[in-house]
Amino acid sequence: MQELIVNILLVVVALLAAVLQGIGSKPDSGMTKKQKVMLWRILGATVLLLALQVLGAPAFAALGAAGRWVRLACYLVDYWIIGHDILRKAYKGIRNGQVFDENFLMAVATLGALALAIYENGDYLESIAVMLFYQVGEWFQSYAVGKSRRNISDLMDIRPDYANIERDGKLEKVDPDEVPIGSVIVVQPGEKVPIDGDVVEGSSTLNTAALTGESLPREVGTGDAIISGCINMTGVLKIRTTKEFGESTVSKILDLVENASSRKSKSEDFISRFARIYTPAVCYAALALAILPPLVLWFGLGQSPAWETWVYRALTFLVASCPCALVISIPLSFFAGIGGASKAGVLVKGSNYLETLSQTRIVVFDKTGTLTQGVFEVNGIHHSAMENAKLVEYAALAESASSHPISKNLQKAYGKEIDRSRVSDIQEISGNGVVAKVDGHTVAAGNDKLMKRLGIDYINCHSVGTIIHMAIDGRYAGHIVISDVVKPTSQAAIQALKNAGVRRTVMLTGDAKRVADQVASELGVDQVYSQLLPADKVAQVEKLLAGKHGKEKLAFVGDGINDAPVLGRADIGIAMGAMGSDAAIEAADVVLMDDDPLKISKAIKISRKCLGIVYQNIVVAIGVKLLCLVLIALGFANMWLAVFADVGVMILAVLNAIRALFVRNL
Amino acid sequence: MKKSYKIEVDCANCANLMEEAARKTAGVQAATVNFMTQKMIVEFEEGQAPAGVMQNVVKACKKVEPDCEIYL
Repeated sequence: MQELIVNILLVVVALLAAVLQGIGSKPDSGMTKKQKVMLWRILGATVLLLALQVLGAPAFAALGAAGRWVRLACYLVDYWIIGHDILRKAYKGIRNGQVFDENFLMAVATLGALALAIYENGDYLESIAVMLFYQVGEWFQSYAVGKSRRNISDLMDIRPDYANIERDGKLEKVDPDEVPIGSVIVVQPGEKVPIDGDVVEGSSTLNTAALTGESLPREVGTGDAIISGCINMTGVLKIRTTKEFGESTVSKILDLVENASSRKSKSEDFISRFARIYTPAVCYAALALAILPPLVLWFGLGQSPAWETWVYRALTFLVASCPCALVISIPLSFFAGIGGASKAGVLVKGSNYLETLSQTRIVVFDKTGTLTQGVFEVNGIHHSAMENAKLVEYAALAESASSHPISKNLQKAYGKEIDRSRVSDIQEISGNGVVAKVDGHTVAAGNDKLMKRLGIDYINCHSVGTIIHMAIDGRYAGHIVISDVVKPTSQAAIQALKNAGVRRTVMLTGDAKRVADQVASELGVDQVYSQLLPADKVAQVEKLLAGKHGKEKLAFVGDGINDAPVLGRADIGIAMGAMGSDAAIEAADVVLMDDDPLKISKAIKISRKCLGIVYQNIVVAIGVKLLCLVLIALGFANMWLAVFADVGVMILAVLNAIRALFVRNL
Repeated sequence: MKKSYKIEVDCANCANLMEEAARKTAGVQAATVNFMTQKMIVEFEEGQAPAGVMQNVVKACKKVEPDCEIYL
């Protein structure tokens, strides 16, 4: 019965190898030369083994006394075809002092089984088949890992292949590396912007999905700065480059993501330490299994030692013990997690940061630019005696000559071209405001001092921000509030963090207490510390760090501008709005490509999913291994099960690792 | 000085062994092998010529993993 199953398995392996060889001959299969050679060896060895099985022992018996040795020679040739590299590597390992590796395990196990078979003139099949299936497993492992590695890399591949340069009226494709600063490049619709620069001609819509994970289109026109990695959607753009390719956003991001998996997490360190202890331990355990029970049986109980049984069990034990599933799937899970995060617009600089992120329980925010836009806008108009739009129009016109930032905000709120001919007799009163004639009306726009100076009764404002009181023809006409605007997603972001298990949210700001308190209560932040200098922020974060319990981690979220020291001091620094800001990419451990604070909770969820997968793989791989080892030691399993346990767990772990890539619905 | 080299290695455990071997090579300050991107990043000690040190790194790596490839 078992023989039939094995023969069927061998036929399946032979067919599979032939089909894969066919796939491998296509140029885009991604199979390496090594893998193809291995496939041929698997195919050859399987066919020969099948032939020998079909012939069977009786055919050799017909040759007389020499038959036994001819049969042995045939099997040895087969063993050599499939296993010679393992023997060679095991030998080299021993010579180089690296005794206990998987090659050694396999060599000892199969040679041992072979020796037992020669001794009994029995079943050579098992030793060769174990080697064969081990090689098949190894092949699939290398193919599956190579393939998923490439798939993940392809997903993250935002590297532009070329830049178009116009020469003599014709477009020429050149290597982006060779484009000097200040050259004019042409980006056609559908192409990636290869290098950072300013638009000198044309207007278009850009798709920033590759950088931010959001497919919100962005309009650009002449004079706008543009960053590489975006995809040009509609019009032809001419861009004057402001950076070299190597310094451009896209190169920096690629570099960062590619090197991210070089910073190893604690789980990865654990696995490499584990593998270092595990393999020798298993070898000694196998040795003990081969020697101790027979000795006990023999001397202790006075029974037959049954050496063959125990040696066989020890060899099986060795086959099952290979730690590949663990060693391969953990880095692959992290790699997939980092890849998935970067697809969502979250750059994680290393596996270790992904791990820290998953333990985050305290999130500290900077206010300006993080929870608020950091841009001052007209945020309210109160007690207006006329239409709001009209009031803003008067204010914008009156302030039109001023270079004060407030005047720019007013002009932006007005939104139309300023007709300077409507304004005359502009009188700037330093520190107070402006008085001017607009359409023949006397308009006064300024702070409370101006109103007092002009002797006009004004209404104090309860809102926080810069207040511009307006008086038209000597009568109070209301006031305009200009203040920093809270980002539309900030409140949802704080809520999402709480739902994700963040225990405490804290806001730090250099702003006045009134402003800070108002924003905090609006957003639902637990604690606020206001009127802090940059150095105070570090001190405050240190206090919070001292107050955390156990394993929980503290994350600081800033916009990367002037909070680099705090980003460095926190357990994990998250910078947001990195599109075009080098400072943020340098200083932080996690970089959010767009300004959306909602991404913080998304990043935490991605890291949790990834770490979950890592733990699943560790537990399942070690669990199944231990179970198999126990079964084998007790004699409930043979070498077949051992090989399948090894290869099966490995494939399951690799498939599970790939799951970390899918983060869209988190 | 830091340099990055393309490598070819089949198993993650072998990559770990190569990393260890490279770290122990004279003239190497720090080394990281990234199995996923198939890259080796070597930081050289000051005043060491990368080309010479790398010869030894390759030798050391071949010792622990005969099948590996480092493209200098």
